[in-house]
Amino acid sequence: MPDVLIELEDVSYRYGDETALEHVSLQVRKGEFWAVIGPNGSGKSTLIKLILGLIAPQTGQVQLFGKPVGTFRNKERIGYVSQKSNAFNSAFPATVSEVVKSGLVKKTGMFRRYPEDADEKVMRALDAVGMAEYAGRSIGRLSGGQQQRVFIARALISGPELLILDEPTVGIDREHMESFYDMLGRLNREKSIAILLVTHDVDTVSELVTHVACVNRSIHFHGPQEEYNRREERIRNDWYGHPVRRIRHPKGEGEK
Amino acid sequence: MISAVFEYSFLQNAFASGLVIGIIAPMLGLFIVVRRLSLIADALSHVTLAGIAGSLYLSQSFLSLASLNPIYLGIGSSVAGSLLIGRLRETYKSYEELAIPIIMSGGIAVGAIFISLAQGFSSDLMGYLFGSVSAVGRGDLVTIVLVGVVTAAFIGLAYKELFTISFDPEYSRAQGLSMKRINFWFMIVTALVVASSMRVVGILLVSSLMTLPVAAAMQVAKGFRQALIWSVVFGELSVIGGLFSAFHLDIAPGGTIVVISVLILLIIMGFKRLRPRARAIQTGGDSA
Repeated sequence: MPDVLIELEDVSYRYGDETALEHVSLQVRKGEFWAVIGPNGSGKSTLIKLILGLIAPQTGQVQLFGKPVGTFRNKERIGYVSQKSNAFNSAFPATVSEVVKSGLVKKTGMFRRYPEDADEKVMRALDAVGMAEYAGRSIGRLSGGQQQRVFIARALISGPELLILDEPTVGIDREHMESFYDMLGRLNREKSIAILLVTHDVDTVSELVTHVACVNRSIHFHGPQEEYNRREERIRNDWYGHPVRRIRHPKGEGEK
Repeated sequence: MISAVFEYSFLQNAFASGLVIGIIAPMLGLFIVVRRLSLIADALSHVTLAGIAGSLYLSQSFLSLASLNPIYLGIGSSVAGSLLIGRLRETYKSYEELAIPIIMSGGIAVGAIFISLAQGFSSDLMGYLFGSVSAVGRGDLVTIVLVGVVTAAFIGLAYKELFTISFDPEYSRAQGLSMKRINFWFMIVTALVVASSMRVVGILLVSSLMTLPVAAAMQVAKGFRQALIWSVVFGELSVIGGLFSAFHLDIAPGGTIVVISVLILLIIMGFKRLRPRARAIQTGGDSA
């Protein structure tokens, strides 16, 4: 089994004439927890789409688990939570348990029934995110933070080795955001799941993750979190192209 | 009435067809409603009208085609319409809803041309527009049962894929689900259900049978499976009640089926409004 889960090699992507990403190279290995950070429109979501094979790069190549993304079929090895997950119609008649079970759809195979132990797996996945008691509730009646936990459970149910989260805390208040990140840290440490987290929230995640990638059309920095923290100011200035002042959250250590 | 069902074969055909349609129309309708595609059933029913009118015109004009069952051309045009809707939705990705008025107006226009050419179709066409208890033949019943089997098999086999795509299309794409293939078959099956239901409920009211029982079910169901079951229960109640009333009153069943569906929805909505008040009064009484 390859140690490298995601590998991008000199990848570039353009929307028409506009360059979204250029010359991006990145490797994510087993057990690592990456934060992909960058300003709006920096190409973070394009990067995720390229990794998931939803779009194909114009140059370079993307590999998942050692295989070109176009031929990689075992998508159940990847759990994905999109930015828009909690933008679903809140009147949709589905229980939490039904939503989580749909995470098994690819693993089960087309036109086959869910396995007999599917309900057990649902409860285990919900338990891992602290939502077991909500199994029978309607998904639309949960708070934004609770819904995101349910979507993480849906991503976890197929037993993935890699979790990709595209700005999962959008619309979640600060208090729930912190417990959400704690939960991700636990999943990474206790279940050895590699995580690729796209976020704006540099402040919180830089102390939680093992690696950081700073994106703004290209990758301006990628490496261990300690190195990022050490060179933070210089990386930021280079990354944004001008000096940037960091404003911490009220519950943080104050302003720099 | 029950004894009449056993006595007359045309009533047996109508009731057997109604029972099948009462299951498949709301069952498929649930997926249509949650995917916000309710108007597609309307568009397809109008395309079916074009096929029916074309078939009636051909039967009138050519002696050799006099015995042609209009349901076949109706189904054919509905399936063609569904494929065209799929193509238009791909062409106008940012304005997917454009496909509906294009197909709907196209269907009505072609239907109007055939009706004008034939200088009216007397009561035949009325039966197709609003349904009929007496006009359901053995051939119609066989077609409806076949469509019922295909629909039930499709929903049974692709239930988890249909649910996942309906709830979260982006997640489905990321999971590598073949959305194009599933959507293609979904549209075909929808076209089959719309075209075959029109014999009982009528072209103009078929979409109501796919949406009203679902609207009522969504008021009471806690999850998707429950919504599916309640949709079928309300659909069957409407069809059976509608056919009985239509037979007794000697009127078109389309109207009675839809009126009963509306009544079921209103009763459930009223009950839901009253229940919290009743509970509040009870709690107030208890605490006092």
